[in-house]
Amino acid sequence: MALAETVALKEKKREKYIITTIRRLFKNKLAVAGLIIVILQILMAIFAPAITVHDPIKQNLASSELPMFSAGHWLGTDNYGRDVWSRIVYGARISLVVGLIAVSLGLIGGVLLGMLAGYYPKLDAVIMRFVDLLFSFPGILLAMLIIAILGTSLVNVAIAISIWSIPTCARIVRGSVLSIKEKEYIMAMRSMGASDLRIMARHILPNAAAPIIVFATMRMATAILSTASLSYLGLGAQPPTPEWGAMISQGQDFMWTSPHLTIVPGIAIMLTVFAFNVLGDGLRDALDPNMDIQQ
Amino acid sequence: MLALIIRRIMQLVFLLFGISFLVFSSMYIAPGNPAAIIGGPTATAEDIAAIEENLGLDDPFLVQYARYVSNAVQGDFGYSYQTSQPVADAIAVRFPNTLKLAIASMIVAVVIGIITGLVSALKQNSLLDISATTFALAGISIPNFWLGALLILVFSVNLQWLPVGGMTNPFYTVAGIKELILPAITLGTGSAAMIARMTRSSMLEVIRADYVRTARAKGVKEKNVIWIHTLKNAMIPIITVIGLNFGFLLGGTIITEKVFAINGVGRLMIDAIAARDFPMVQGSVLLVATLFVVVNLLVDIIYTYIDPRIKFD
Repeated sequence: MALAETVALKEKKREKYIITTIRRLFKNKLAVAGLIIVILQILMAIFAPAITVHDPIKQNLASSELPMFSAGHWLGTDNYGRDVWSRIVYGARISLVVGLIAVSLGLIGGVLLGMLAGYYPKLDAVIMRFVDLLFSFPGILLAMLIIAILGTSLVNVAIAISIWSIPTCARIVRGSVLSIKEKEYIMAMRSMGASDLRIMARHILPNAAAPIIVFATMRMATAILSTASLSYLGLGAQPPTPEWGAMISQGQDFMWTSPHLTIVPGIAIMLTVFAFNVLGDGLRDALDPNMDIQQ
Repeated sequence: MLALIIRRIMQLVFLLFGISFLVFSSMYIAPGNPAAIIGGPTATAEDIAAIEENLGLDDPFLVQYARYVSNAVQGDFGYSYQTSQPVADAIAVRFPNTLKLAIASMIVAVVIGIITGLVSALKQNSLLDISATTFALAGISIPNFWLGALLILVFSVNLQWLPVGGMTNPFYTVAGIKELILPAITLGTGSAAMIARMTRSSMLEVIRADYVRTARAKGVKEKNVIWIHTLKNAMIPIITVIGLNFGFLLGGTIITEKVFAINGVGRLMIDAIAARDFPMVQGSVLLVATLFVVVNLLVDIIYTYIDPRIKFD
């Protein structure tokens, strides 16, 4: 009876925490703006065929380098006559999908390593030395090293960025696990004979979720920016894929005659990265119980 | 202090071994036979076998790695598959440009970042603070290759004040400084934004501390409160961000060098990856990673100077 009451109380507390977090998030105007931009981007990516008229990769040399607000091409066309709006919309799909894959893979690797390191002291030193080794490389350099092995493609960019995300995620998770595993309820679960896997998956992971959610949101910004950077360098998306970084790289050759080919995809990247950054900031503040005291 | 430095240097040596092992094994497992790349498309199976034997590519992995490390510590990083030029020579020619760019960007980042963060913290909730916070948010979201392209468009193409790219003149000449301005701003802006954010939050935290209130109560001049009591204590997290950002800048040079057509290590690396020129990739990655860990070591040492309580146990 006492245990059932404790569990019910804990559930109630968790519900209250979630409601308070959402309320706090919606009080932060910048975070709400970020959330709206992210939702719009997702809708744009999902309904890309419905909101574009032109094929993003079909060339039409007869109408190349049209300026912005031209008839039928409100963001103009590129040097091959491809509609810039269509390429931006389909580019959103690529950026979000690559970002999502990269962050998800990074989370799987990071959470797994962080949990093992935090929970099993014997594994801690080995895992954390490996993490330290990965930290010895500036992120983009590590990604480039991985692309050098795997070859240039968007899938390999996603894998490279995910590996780059692993050490940071592992450190965050390890820190959380170290503090949570000493809590009384974890000791109680252990004394009741719960397996390590059950304790980690059902009791530690949900309690370590807050920093992981913040990390994942912020990492989406980094992943989208890095995908664009690597594609700009020619190591990611290959022509004629409508990827924002690759579009800037191609547009740079026509900066004198058609600056919009450089400016428009840059604004798309900046808005997306900004949105995920402010949303991450907002989530971090909203998930922090001390914020109420500070406010 | 000396014992700490020696211990950290020892750790650095092990870390460098780890880095070299990771880089070497990455290239070892990469698909593509180096002997076939060197031999070119017309090479016969006998030619390829001869190249493998000649370069020791048929030796076991650990033998190859030991040879690589022993040569590397003597400054020999092998020969480029593409040009047959020694890797060390190719890097040595380009490295000064990369270093110049990284240092200039760091100066831009530190000066703009700290000033913006300080002003923002000291004038909290003012128009200046809002502008500085907006700059910081925009700065971390802006792709630096795009910023570079925009700066070229405005200052080189339209106003024609600064060169479009290249880095051929010595940095102490007017032409050399002009060449550095746009790349340094391009690369330094993101870091400036991060430093500004950290300076603001760190200063706001320290400025409310009891000892600062005590200093004010004792009648210490406001200038001294800020510079002596607040800034020095607020510097620890700021220096962490500056140290971390040096790695970010080193990585960023790769992109900035491409935007401004600068003949640096970054461009060398991109070309080497595209051509699967493994010795060149290994050499340049090793150099940048080594620089990164050495800078991190220096940052750790600076910590102990700023805050002698830090012992790194």
